[in-house]
Amino acid sequence: MNGDLKVALVGNPNTGKSTVFNALTGLNQKVGNFPGITVDKKTGGCKLPDGRHATIIDLPGTYSLYPKSKDEIIVFEVLADRSSPEHPDLVVIVSDASNLKRNLLLYTQVADMKIPVIIALNMMDLARKSGIEIDVEKLSGKLGVQIVPISARQGENISRLKEAISYASVIPLQNDTIEVEALAPGLIDKIKNELQVDKPYTALQLAHQHENLHFLTPQQSDRIEEIEQEFSFHSQKAQASETIARYNYINELLSDTVSSKQVREEETVSNKIDKIITHKIWGFSIFFVLLFLIFQSIFAWSEYPMSLIEGVFVWLTETAHNVLPAGVLTDLLTDGILAGLSGVLVFIPQIAILFAFISILEDTGYMARITFMMDKIMSRVGLSGKSVVPMIGGLACAVPSIMSTRNIENWKDRMITIMVTPLVSCSARLPIYTVLISLVVPDKKIAGFLNLQGLALMGMYVISIVAAVLVAWVMKYILRAREKGYFIMELPVYRLPRWDNVLLTMYEKVKTFVVEAGKVIIAISVILWVLATYGPPGKHAEIEKKYESPAYTAKFNPEEIELHRSSEMLETSYAGIIGRAIEPVIKPLGYDWKIGIALITSFAAREVFVGTMATIYSVSDDEAHISSVTDKMREARNPETGLPVFTLASSFSLMIFYAFAMQCMSTLAVVYRETKSWKWPMIQFVYMTALAYIASLIVYVILK
Amino acid sequence: MKLSQLRPGQTGIIKEFTDLEMSVKLMEMGCLPGEPIVVERLAPLGDPMAITVSGYQLSLRMQEASTIILQR
Repeated sequence: MNGDLKVALVGNPNTGKSTVFNALTGLNQKVGNFPGITVDKKTGGCKLPDGRHATIIDLPGTYSLYPKSKDEIIVFEVLADRSSPEHPDLVVIVSDASNLKRNLLLYTQVADMKIPVIIALNMMDLARKSGIEIDVEKLSGKLGVQIVPISARQGENISRLKEAISYASVIPLQNDTIEVEALAPGLIDKIKNELQVDKPYTALQLAHQHENLHFLTPQQSDRIEEIEQEFSFHSQKAQASETIARYNYINELLSDTVSSKQVREEETVSNKIDKIITHKIWGFSIFFVLLFLIFQSIFAWSEYPMSLIEGVFVWLTETAHNVLPAGVLTDLLTDGILAGLSGVLVFIPQIAILFAFISILEDTGYMARITFMMDKIMSRVGLSGKSVVPMIGGLACAVPSIMSTRNIENWKDRMITIMVTPLVSCSARLPIYTVLISLVVPDKKIAGFLNLQGLALMGMYVISIVAAVLVAWVMKYILRAREKGYFIMELPVYRLPRWDNVLLTMYEKVKTFVVEAGKVIIAISVILWVLATYGPPGKHAEIEKKYESPAYTAKFNPEEIELHRSSEMLETSYAGIIGRAIEPVIKPLGYDWKIGIALITSFAAREVFVGTMATIYSVSDDEAHISSVTDKMREARNPETGLPVFTLASSFSLMIFYAFAMQCMSTLAVVYRETKSWKWPMIQFVYMTALAYIASLIVYVILK
Repeated sequence: MKLSQLRPGQTGIIKEFTDLEMSVKLMEMGCLPGEPIVVERLAPLGDPMAITVSGYQLSLRMQEASTIILQR
């Protein structure tokens, strides 16, 4: 996407900046990364009225160039670093017309960096409704900047904004705002000279932010530190006096250009809604009903499309087997690549549904209220109010939930949420729980109506949530905060959701998941296939030979032979060898080496457990699939002791293992994608597996 | 008097701040000395609080609100 003109969108959160971005670029956008940090870079193309092509960059929403979070640093970096490929030729400041005062603070900072700038005055319809009158021409004259009044939601004046972009001056024409040099006399000049910075305000910002800027060399940063010492520069004091000076300038600016009637009607409507929605009783009731609905929909609505996707892959696999010549390559394609691909695509419905809800909750302003209501409870255990939705979503699937932690600004809160969400029992654990519970818990009712099996199942879910909360609480003390946690948060007025935005979010999240996490999942899937298919040379050939011998072909029919053969092949495969190798380690938990194989293959995805059990105990793939697995498992005996393998103790120990262990490569892949480092998925893998091992050991010892 | 001592419905005018670091963030969000504040409501569990300042609503934790000193 190489445009003739680079345009950056800058603005406060909740100003409709992304709506403006969508209106300018349509579907012609892509999500990339800023190098080295975990911030998404949204860029898009836009055809201008004069025929030129503009590349639009959507920068993270911020209230000021002084960052509150790591994400916000990128705004100043892109604007200050002229060598950066993202450095814009023009900045469009998206401002909320109904809250101009606070929005203009960011404008004055950007304007002082002396980059060509225009203002898109968004939400004009809202401002008019609330009785705010803005003399746009006069304001524009006072600032020396083009102002385009728009309503991005209604698509009002978007073409005028495009015109303004195409005819914008290539040199900065805006008037000075405040006397920047007076904020740090001497220091600014010295930095300007030594670092060859030509704009005084950029020099001042370098003094404030030099420790966090990627484009400065360590020597430059050290030099700035020395200059600061020399002038005894106090960053926070300077920031405070700068902000006051800027607001004085803004008050003067708005005194004769903006007039408003006393009460904002919008606000009072929002206030009335808030009385109910954040009410002690109603608030929590509404919230839990809503969560219940979301959770139900993720389960219910995704069931059909998921089985459809799985069906397609079953068909593809069968067709491939029929059409292609039998052999290693075909097996690799079907059992390795196709299996991996289906493991990726099968998550699409859940991701799409969860993000539809999340985008509606964000758009309407309800998400801010959830945070407001839940913050006190969640902050006790080291989480934030915003962790609630991902953790509940984890009941369905950790993959989309971890992707949704993106809106937790505080780094530490977000990391803890990512680390504990996979502990919440997801839908993939359900088949394992049901198989094992039906094996060892009697199907009886107690107190007349409570089914024992149902109770055991509920117990597993409760245990998983308790574990997540406890681990979060421990991590609160282990993880070092990178930035001081603030909770100062805007409560935006309630709005109707924008459906096109909802659809776009769904599309974008699904695409990101398929492309980014998909690569890793398919790779691991192929590795697992190799482990389960191949064994030490010779061994497999021996087995092949054995089953071809008349001793077998005479006695059994071909199907039986095939079942026993594949079961023995798995036993002697590398996965089987690893299963035997880890037997001493898992024996204290009550497992044998066959369960060991299942543990290893389950790393691909927990659902594989039932399939692996089926293969190991060589059960045919008939209709009574699960019950026949259960029967075989019930009959399984330990060859040495003659006792059943699946006792109450070993089954519960196994369930606890599956509840806590990190056995989902999709989750690891998505944690890697979200944290942009292998460190976090590795920590997660180790701590969860250790937790699973210890907890299962305790359960086994107690129940035995 | 601190902002955290106001009950819902009460108003006050910002005088000064006790925490410099917090004050920088609060001022950027429109909480400036001389600016009137209305406490709209408390969260169901008593913390955080929601205030109206500079024409919009802001939510902040009690501990953060206690750094804002109001005029008597």
